[in-house]
Parts: sequence; structure tokens; C-alpha cells
Amino acid sequence: MDAYTDKIKEISKKILSEGKVDVVIGFRKGTLGYMSEPYMAKSEKEAENLVFDCNCRMNLVNYVTNRKDKVGIVVKGCDSRNLVTHIIENKIKREQLYIIGVPCTGLADKKALLDLAEGEITSVEDDNETITIKGDGFEKKVAKSDVLQSNCKTCIKRNPVIFDELAGPEVAELEISDRFADVDEVEKMSADERWNFFGELLSECTRCYACRNACPLCYCPTCFVDESRPQWVGKSDNETDVLTYHFLRAFHDAGRCTDCGACEAACPMDIKMRYFTRKTIKDCVEKYGSEAGMELDKRPALDQYKINDPNEFIK
Amino acid sequence: MSEFEPKIITFLCNWCSYGAADLAGVSRFQYPPSMRVIRVPCSGRVSPKMILSAFRKGADGVWVSGCHPGDCHYISGNYYARRKFDVLNEMLEYVGIEKGRLHFSWISSAEGVKFAAVAKDVIETVTKLGPAKKFIKKLPEVA
Repeated sequence: MDAYTDKIKEISKKILSEGKVDVVIGFRKGTLGYMSEPYMAKSEKEAENLVFDCNCRMNLVNYVTNRKDKVGIVVKGCDSRNLVTHIIENKIKREQLYIIGVPCTGLADKKALLDLAEGEITSVEDDNETITIKGDGFEKKVAKSDVLQSNCKTCIKRNPVIFDELAGPEVAELEISDRFADVDEVEKMSADERWNFFGELLSECTRCYACRNACPLCYCPTCFVDESRPQWVGKSDNETDVLTYHFLRAFHDAGRCTDCGACEAACPMDIKMRYFTRKTIKDCVEKYGSEAGMELDKRPALDQYKINDPNEFIK
Repeated sequence: MSEFEPKIITFLCNWCSYGAADLAGVSRFQYPPSMRVIRVPCSGRVSPKMILSAFRKGADGVWVSGCHPGDCHYISGNYYARRKFDVLNEMLEYVGIEKGRLHFSWISSAEGVKFAAVAKDVIETVTKLGPAKKFIKKLPEVA
């Protein structure tokens, strides 16, 4: 991971000094040992702070929406797919971007790290195979595959689909046998079991909207939850309101979600809201063969149609 | 008052299904009076928010009807609607809403008979399921 960091610094300094970009959006070490935070480097000196490690859970594409200046951006495989969606949806122009692609070997699950730690974590080191957690009076080594974020276990694109320069050699893509096992599991339940399952899943939600704000797809000028005439969803933490919010948020992402996991990583209550978005991904893949953000000339699944789309559910 | 009479919110597209409802009316075709019709410019105009809104306010069923594929007044509105509804339908079932509360159909303005038949079918299916219990906001809305 240090090699990635060095390369990102090198590229950032080069493009900043050449005037190719006005700012490089990347990560720097966070105040907590197990978090890296978004950082905007505007000079060569500031570029020295950039890092990349297994704690870079945020999706930086969130910060390029509607920018007018030239931007350098650090993207993982999933984020690069969001960048493609952004370009398709006219949220940024390709000419404005200098994309530093990171071939990604996965991110560490925040909760898994905290569960392993025997006190406060001061640093997390990652060499693509093992992760070393250090803290007050303890040091632990774990295999990276044991603490991966769940979306990284079913990742279909670890190498960026679009980039100007790579921060390291391309990595091998994963071979996934059962990509939607979690969704299938829920689908097997009866209607009432599913209803209770989602009631339980969302019972802790405080409607802080961290998942919405972390998501690069959620860029509407006025979100449906903020609309008051008509009011589509109540403002309370009543169970129907919470379900309506998560349901509609997932639906707005249908055909566009790249399963980057930023929503779950941002949730302070550890709610697995990817159960909703993954269902939409599964449907779009199975019904329309459409994977979000893979090609620059392919619009999202719900923004196109075919004459012979499935029609059986309609009388 | 022993028998349950469902409340069904029906979205009909202005150009085809609304015409079909009109034709069914003037032709005196019989079907139960359990539905409230909302006229929309196109089935593509029907947003998932509208359908959820109906359920949140206690509708026992929702039925959306538009022009046959290829006959849309706006050329492709119903094609987009078809993808949208398919994903929405799957999602609603996924969270635990019973199959059969949400219905879709393509009915042209010449198909008064089909309109009455589908109306009967929708109302029967929803009546069998009984009153809606899920996805209803029971507390008053506060802004």
C-alpha cells in the first residue's frame, strides 16, 4: 500500500506543478487510526499528505459533482464506475478530469477492525495480504481476506474502468461463484418473514442521512425526503417513514449503484442498507444484463429500454 | 357490512386506459366500484413515490394501466415505465408486501371489455388478500 501512496503523491505533484489540474481529491490519514478522510490537495506541498490504504472507504466521486475547475481524483475500481455514471449524467466532463486509478485489493471492514482491537486503534497497516492493527499495548496481524468489507468480497471490478494513470500494476479480478447469495437468502423467506427481517434491519436507523450524503448518486438539488409539498415521506423515525426512505433511496439508485459500500461504511448504526441496493443490482443484471458504469456510451438500466423487455408481470 | 370492500388506487393513462374506462362506462359493462381513478398523462409519469404514497395512506391495492407497448402517445413512455415497474414490483415483494397488491396492465382505448375484466380481476385478488396491514403510516404527518 505504501507503493500506491508514493505513486499517488508522485502523480499528484506532477499534475499540480504542470497545471493540469487545480486540485487533487484524495485521502489523507484521519484522526482515528482506522479511518482515512477525504482531502483536497491544492499544492505540491499539500500533495505530500495524500495516502491510500484499506481505510479509504469513502467514494470521492461525491466531491466532483458539478465542479467547474480541473480536478485530479483518486479512484478505486468501484469509484471509477461511479465516475463513468457521472460523466454519462453530465455531472462532470471527461476533459475536466485527471483520473488516478488505484487497482484495489479491497477495504477493511471498520466494525471487524474494532471488534479485533483490544483498545484504541492508533494505526492500521496494510500490505495487500495481511493487516496489522496497532494500538495501546497491543499489535495484531490478520489476513486481509478475513476483515474485508462485504461489498469487496463480491466485487466485480477491482481495476478502474477509466483512468489516466494507474497507481500500481493491475490486480487480478475476483472469481465469484455466488454473487447475490445474501439477496437470494432473503428472497427465500416468506412475505411476513421478509417484512420482519427489514423491520429488524432498520430498527436502529436514526434517519441521519449519512448514507445519502456519502453516496455519489444522490446529487438531486432537492432530495425527496426534504420535499414538503407534496410530502412523500414523513420526517420521523416511525418505521413506515424509515422503510419508505430506504426503499426510495435504493430505487433512485437502481441501475446506477456500483456497490461501492460507501453508504454502509458511513452508517453510524451499522445498518446493512446494501440489502436494498443489491436487490436492484441483481434485478438489473438478471433482467436487462446491465451493469452500472462499465462503459461510457451505455446509459443506466432504467434510462433505456428494449422492445422485448420482460412483460409477463403485466396483464 | 360483513364483506370487506377494498380501496384501490388506479392510475390510468390519459390516451388509452382512461379511454377504455370511459368506453366500459358508456357500454354499461359491470365491475365492482372499489377503485378510485387518477388520470395521468402517461404511465411513464407514474413515479414509485406515488405508488408508495397510496400504500402509506392505507390503499389496499394499486393498479397502473397504460397503452400497449408500441402504442404510447409519447412514443416510448410506457417502455421506460415497464422497466421501472418491473424493478419496483420486485422491490415491493422483496420488502414483504404480499404479491397481488400491485397490478399493471396495458389496455387500449378500444378494449372496454378487457378493462372491465381486468378491473374485476384486480378487485377480486385484492379482496382475497384482505385489508392492507403493511407500509401504512398510522401517525399523523408532520412537516
